[in-house]
Amino acid sequence: MPWDEGLVNSLVYDAPDPKEGRVLGYAKAVNEALEIALKQDPSVFVFGQGVDDPTAMFGVTKDLQDKFGEKRVFDSPLSEEGMMGVSTGAAMNGMRPVFMHNRPDFILLAFNQLVTHAAKMHYMDNGLTKVPMVVWAAIGRGWGSGAQHSQAIQGLLLGVPGLKIVMPSTPYDAKGLMLSAILDNNPVLVFEHRWLMKKDGIVPEGFYRVPLGKGIYRRRGKDVTIVGASHALELGLQAANKLAAEGIDAEVIDLRTIKPLDEEIIAESLKKTGRLVVVDTGWSMGGVCAEIGCLAAEKWFDSLKAPVRRIGLPDIPHPAGYTLEQFFYPDVKRISQTIRELVHQ
Amino acid sequence: MIRYDYHGTGFAGWQEKLDHYEPAFLLKLFRDMLRIRIIEEEIERRYFQDHMKSPIHLVIGQEATSVGACAALTRADLLYASHRTHGNYLAKGGDLKAMLCEMHCRINGCVGSRGGSMHLMDKSVGMAGSSAIVAGVVPIATGTAFAAQMQDESYVTTVFLGDAATEEGSVSEALNFAALKQLPIIYFCENNFYSVQSPLHTRQPKREIYKWAASYGMPSVLVDGTNVLAVYEAMQEAVARAKQGGGPTFIESPVYRFRAHGGAGDDSKTGYRDIAEREAWEKACPIETYFAFLKSAGLIDEQARKVMAGEIMAETMEAFDFALRSPKPTEADLYTHVYAD
Ligand SMILES: Cc1ncc(C[n+]2csc(CCOP(=O)(O)OP(=O)(O)O)c2C)c(N)n1
Ligand SMILES: [Mg+2]
Repeated sequence: MPWDEGLVNSLVYDAPDPKEGRVLGYAKAVNEALEIALKQDPSVFVFGQGVDDPTAMFGVTKDLQDKFGEKRVFDSPLSEEGMMGVSTGAAMNGMRPVFMHNRPDFILLAFNQLVTHAAKMHYMDNGLTKVPMVVWAAIGRGWGSGAQHSQAIQGLLLGVPGLKIVMPSTPYDAKGLMLSAILDNNPVLVFEHRWLMKKDGIVPEGFYRVPLGKGIYRRRGKDVTIVGASHALELGLQAANKLAAEGIDAEVIDLRTIKPLDEEIIAESLKKTGRLVVVDTGWSMGGVCAEIGCLAAEKWFDSLKAPVRRIGLPDIPHPAGYTLEQFFYPDVKRISQTIRELVHQ
Repeated sequence: MIRYDYHGTGFAGWQEKLDHYEPAFLLKLFRDMLRIRIIEEEIERRYFQDHMKSPIHLVIGQEATSVGACAALTRADLLYASHRTHGNYLAKGGDLKAMLCEMHCRINGCVGSRGGSMHLMDKSVGMAGSSAIVAGVVPIATGTAFAAQMQDESYVTTVFLGDAATEEGSVSEALNFAALKQLPIIYFCENNFYSVQSPLHTRQPKREIYKWAASYGMPSVLVDGTNVLAVYEAMQEAVARAKQGGGPTFIESPVYRFRAHGGAGDDSKTGYRDIAEREAWEKACPIETYFAFLKSAGLIDEQARKVMAGEIMAETMEAFDFALRSPKPTEADLYTHVYAD
């Protein structure tokens, strides 16, 4: 069984209604975004380890090399830091690279170029140099991925000025956010989640953008605000739907972009509900959960009726074994229980 | 004990080549080196006044590499520097006032006081970037050459790196990629035998850096870094190769910094290197040996040098005055350009 294929395939998502539009798989939606960008702008190029191999990055880069040639879609040497620098240098000089990584864990090798160079060049050159590049990776989970193949590193990057961080949760967003990321003039990280990769959704044909830095309500409610992004938000949404039967009316905000962070939408919702649950695929400590929790304490204290709850990962490395994993990751049941406690407090 | 001796032959044998060059060009090389030396000495002299609140890495002793290399470049060609930026910046045509303003933390510094000495950049003269992270710009320069290749641009990218930078993994990664894609780039390694106070032999096995670089699959040469003409000719060849689609070149130039790694003055007396070593290299001073060479050819004399030095000194003083009179940034300047529009 290749990695978490089995688990991913067994996930059930609500099937989209084809009457609402064209139904497309998640990976295909990203693939379309890349194809549109490559077609629109000759300065766009796509590279990374194995982007031209038969599995084509979960299918995200499928057929792109055939369509656009080896110069614009190409395999990369195993040189994460070096190639992050190559990407940065190319972006500083007229190109729009899209650097694909199988997993965020591998980006850790490239922090010097990403954090200390790409993120800061625009500022350091007093606004003259721009670094329009996209760094893409899919967060892993399950099937033995373990401590070194499951890390969701957005929390480590959240505090880095100059970066943008995108975390889509639907095929529609994955395509529209990718197009926005490529058109943005800053280094933008796009973190997908493997468990969303087999999801289907309504995806419009052709070009459209989902704006960076703006969240969206996935569910309206009055009792509690669940905020987050990516697969964690998906679980939060499932929990909210389940709790509706018990009379708990949750509001669910998909941040779409965690940096820049849409503070307004959280403040707006919190004013109404007074209760905040932050969900994230990364560690609770020092990450997305911690930051939003702190903002609530600092800026929206008057709206709060109860303490903020964080539902991220415990301060523990990711275990590889199946049973340990069940204890490690928050699931719908545990998220629901936390929300219940909060609302009935 | 002299650990790292000068093994070059100076300008012996170069007399015959003089006819290939315009006297004005030969004199300009001299003037450019002398200018860097005088500016650096003035920076050093004033450093303790603490108006320049910036770490500095002087290039005194290493002028021939910057000047010889940049003489082979056009303004459109791009240059990347390490933390040791001054020589690169001035030789590439950078504005002395903008450089000194930057070092004096003024808003009209070349990057608006966001960089200081280690981060001189100036797009208008092709000074494309610099990094205080050792080897930081090496992959970035490689990506720049890749962009040029993809866009069919004719400019060549040159990146300066120290001997210690070659120990960073990202340099290996960059050389591999440049050779793989046959990129129009020149890696110019100034081997001054030290990384701060760590000598080369405690950091690298006994082997020559340029031979190591050659193993990545690119032409790689050893060039006397005290001989401005030798540097120029090696660069010319490398630039021509890059422009003709012949791919990357690595150049190793043994040089010696006559001062401490950072700051003003020499720190040899702390014991990490023998003062006799510096003195041996001072005999191969890039400026004095070239002056003697030009003088023997009848192209310059002491009097002409004095006039030249006077002009440079006047320019330098004016630039310092300008910097000291220049406005400081305001708080509003802090917040701009975090993100590009
Ligand atoms: C990645 C990194 N490690 C360590 C340092 C500290 N440091 C600054 S300059 C320097 C020496 C570099 O030596 P070399 O590359 O030979 O250049 P040189 O200073 O001799 O010109 C060191 C170790 C740094 N700036 N960056
Ligand atoms: Mg050195």
